[in-house]
Amino acid sequence: MSLKHEIEFTLNGVKRKLAVDVTMNALDMLREVVGLTGTKYGCGEGECGACTIQVDGVSLNSCLMFAVDCAGRNVTTVEGLTDQPRGEALRESFVEHGAVQCGFCTPGMMMQADHLLAKHEHPDAACVKRGLEGNLCRCTGYKKIVDAVVACGGRDSVTPAQAGVQK
Amino acid sequence: MTELKRYYAPTSLDQAVECLKGGNVTILAGGTDLTPQSQAGRIKFRETLMNIRHIPQMSGITLEGKEIRIGALATITEIMEHPLVREHLPALVEACDHFASDQIRNAGTIGGNICNASPAGDTLVPLLVLDACVELASMPETKLYRHCMPISTFFTGSGKTRKSLCELVTGVRIPVPAAGHVSRFYKHGTRPALDISTISIGVAGNLKDGVLSNVRVAFGAVAPTPLRATATESALEGRHLDAATIEAAAVAARDEVNPIDDVRATAWYRKEMIHNMTKRMLENVAQA
Repeated sequence: MSLKHEIEFTLNGVKRKLAVDVTMNALDMLREVVGLTGTKYGCGEGECGACTIQVDGVSLNSCLMFAVDCAGRNVTTVEGLTDQPRGEALRESFVEHGAVQCGFCTPGMMMQADHLLAKHEHPDAACVKRGLEGNLCRCTGYKKIVDAVVACGGRDSVTPAQAGVQK
Repeated sequence: MTELKRYYAPTSLDQAVECLKGGNVTILAGGTDLTPQSQAGRIKFRETLMNIRHIPQMSGITLEGKEIRIGALATITEIMEHPLVREHLPALVEACDHFASDQIRNAGTIGGNICNASPAGDTLVPLLVLDACVELASMPETKLYRHCMPISTFFTGSGKTRKSLCELVTGVRIPVPAAGHVSRFYKHGTRPALDISTISIGVAGNLKDGVLSNVRVAFGAVAPTPLRATATESALEGRHLDAATIEAAAVAARDEVNPIDDVRATAWYRKEMIHNMTKRMLENVAQA
């Protein structure tokens, strides 16, 4: 018999109340209990960043967090990211730059890139590489990912997609 | 082995230390080590899992008299970005900067790094050279009892400390360094992120007219605990930081460490790195 505990928290802007196994990690809760499978399991020990989510405005590895520790906190997953303008701009930039190869690392990359852009509005490539160093892409498609994040930070109000439409 | 029977998230320090009285408690802070270690079966839960996140006295970074107090729950990111730490404790900033990845720095706490007592714990070497004290709280009878212990006496082995099961680390206190104080940290690994130190070195002291005094040198990942290097300190204390002094200190450093061969490096390589990098750091200090 596993010990359960009821928690209340905000997930992608919606209040949730759940009973979770006390020993369960937040990644398993999101995928198995809530059913949001955008957050990926890669390594289970914080090396790969595929499970990156944001909690109270900072990015962290959901595999290294207890589900019960979400109690009272504000959790954002990749499913909630594109509800916000910066998340949507990031998604567009990833598409435009072909920054998605197999796609498995993409949710984690986007969650971490979004946190980076919240702290550094206009990062250069070195800053992006530093910010994404906890995220692995096993296709090794780093160049386009870094380009996509730099370009997203470099945008003014007009996105390249919109600029392209105007041509 | 006892079974996990209770989850508890106290909201005050009194509640937390009262819960610790029986000693049968696993403490959860940032969770970056406890989550993977427990899921891999390397750590067994005790009867109660206590989440200390909601205890207010354990957060924050403040100036208290002549000390900087860092709450046990301060994350590595909070420490690295805090103006007090950036102004006074550059060796600690440097260690935080080389700590794991952004995601782990955002979650991992300094209290957790101290209590894990890894010989390669990134913040431990700078805390040693900065003369930090570990704040402990317990409830021996019915009243909260708090005291401090120098971090140089805190570690007793790999993963082992002098903290009893009834005690909670509530923070760490670091004397504000005097004017002219220098401190440096160096971590050697094979890649910039998410690496466990092959070796790490901390150097601190007061530098005046090229002479280093009140010298502190500490090494990580060369023994079962991070340790102060007393022979190396003696080779430097009160001496002019010239080439001969620096070489003598680097040799003393190589002679006083006794590392092991493991997956990250051989003992020979670690000793050579201790010599070479101690020398390079001292040359850098001499030019300051």
